[in-house]
Amino acid sequence: MLQLNFNQLWRYQDEFLHGMSLTLLLTLVATLAGLAIGLAGAAAAGSRFAALRLFVRSYVEVIRNTPALIQLFLIFFVLPYAGLRLPPVYAAAAALSIYMGAYASEIIRGGLASIPRSQIEAGQCLGLTRWQVFRHVILPPALRNIYPSITSQIVLLLLGTSLASQVSAPELFHAAAFVESRTFRSFEVYAVVCAIYFTLVLAFRLAFAGIGRIAFRWPTGR
Amino acid sequence: MRGFTISDVLTMLAAVQWTATLVVLALAFGAPLALLLARMCTGRSRLARLLATGILQLVQGVPVLGLLMFFYFGMPVFLGIKVPALVSVGAAFTIFTAAFLGEIWRGGIQAVHVAQGEAAACLGLTRWQTFRHVIAPQAFRIALPATVGFLVQLIKNTSLASVVGFVELARAGQLASAATFQPLLSYACVAAIYFALCFPLTLWSRSLEDKLNGAR
Repeated sequence: MLQLNFNQLWRYQDEFLHGMSLTLLLTLVATLAGLAIGLAGAAAAGSRFAALRLFVRSYVEVIRNTPALIQLFLIFFVLPYAGLRLPPVYAAAAALSIYMGAYASEIIRGGLASIPRSQIEAGQCLGLTRWQVFRHVILPPALRNIYPSITSQIVLLLLGTSLASQVSAPELFHAAAFVESRTFRSFEVYAVVCAIYFTLVLAFRLAFAGIGRIAFRWPTGR
Repeated sequence: MRGFTISDVLTMLAAVQWTATLVVLALAFGAPLALLLARMCTGRSRLARLLATGILQLVQGVPVLGLLMFFYFGMPVFLGIKVPALVSVGAAFTIFTAAFLGEIWRGGIQAVHVAQGEAAACLGLTRWQTFRHVIAPQAFRIALPATVGFLVQLIKNTSLASVVGFVELARAGQLASAATFQPLLSYACVAAIYFALCFPLTLWSRSLEDKLNGAR
């Protein structure tokens, strides 16, 4: 039986903190970029142009049916051959954004599609313009519908940023590997890192639940 | 240095068996655990509910990479012996499967209308009979699309086993890339194989979902 020893890890607080800040930064960037891609993707999925629809469809399916790790490797190791040498953090941010974008566009598309046709027609009958229909009839219930899926996708993204360590972007998981190489307390290091991730996830979930409760207070009428 | 040849592709295809082994192991050991967790979450005992919910939350709040490392370095610590990589990686994916399938099946069980359980109780069925003959068949239909969808997640996540040096499909791709200096071909090939494995499952999951929605 090996002895557990967490004491040595205290000296590396800074490494863990720096790693954590990059983890959060990657999550933020990929969330924003992913949502932007998702919005564009959802809009393109309803476009009149078959080629555009096909493009978005293939993007979503390819990303959702291949491992994120391989996508990251493709971006990090292949782009240099095309003359674009991205630093690890940028490559990771790009890969995670593209990954998040595919999931987001599927969630947003589903959310928009979930609004009953009759509700939109009712809005038109009231003489609302196209924009007003979108803003007041489609958007609020659609946002409410997609909120749970989008927020749990963001939590999955937070956990997914750990992949960035595999191209040596110095986020939390990479910090763990560094501390491990200094202390040789492998198990303790990863136990601590898992605990940090869990705390972050818990904080995210609580925050999302709180925001959701405030933002979607109006009654459904169902 | 050598070129990227058909033999590299064959090596990757051969590595699929280890990806498949991981998936089968994870399902074989994870699915019964998932059922247990789902039952505990929906059961009467408050303690069991708390415990099961805690386990689900904990495992879902940790990156799969973290789970892998935890078991890879943790099993020697707890068991006091060195175990083969397959065992520790298999254990990590078992726990991963138990938590995520457990969550999906909990949702399935809770989606069955309460009146169904009450009706069964009125007919004098025991609690086990109620679950076995009334709740489970309906919950199974409801949870099936998400369960198949989870299979896709599981297959994709086994690629992380490459990080601890377990040679499955993703690792085979890394090795090919390192040997041939052809990352584009190597990883595109790996991605294509993963896609060929996952996409049919995604389509199946979607058609199941449509059927379920149509039936309601």
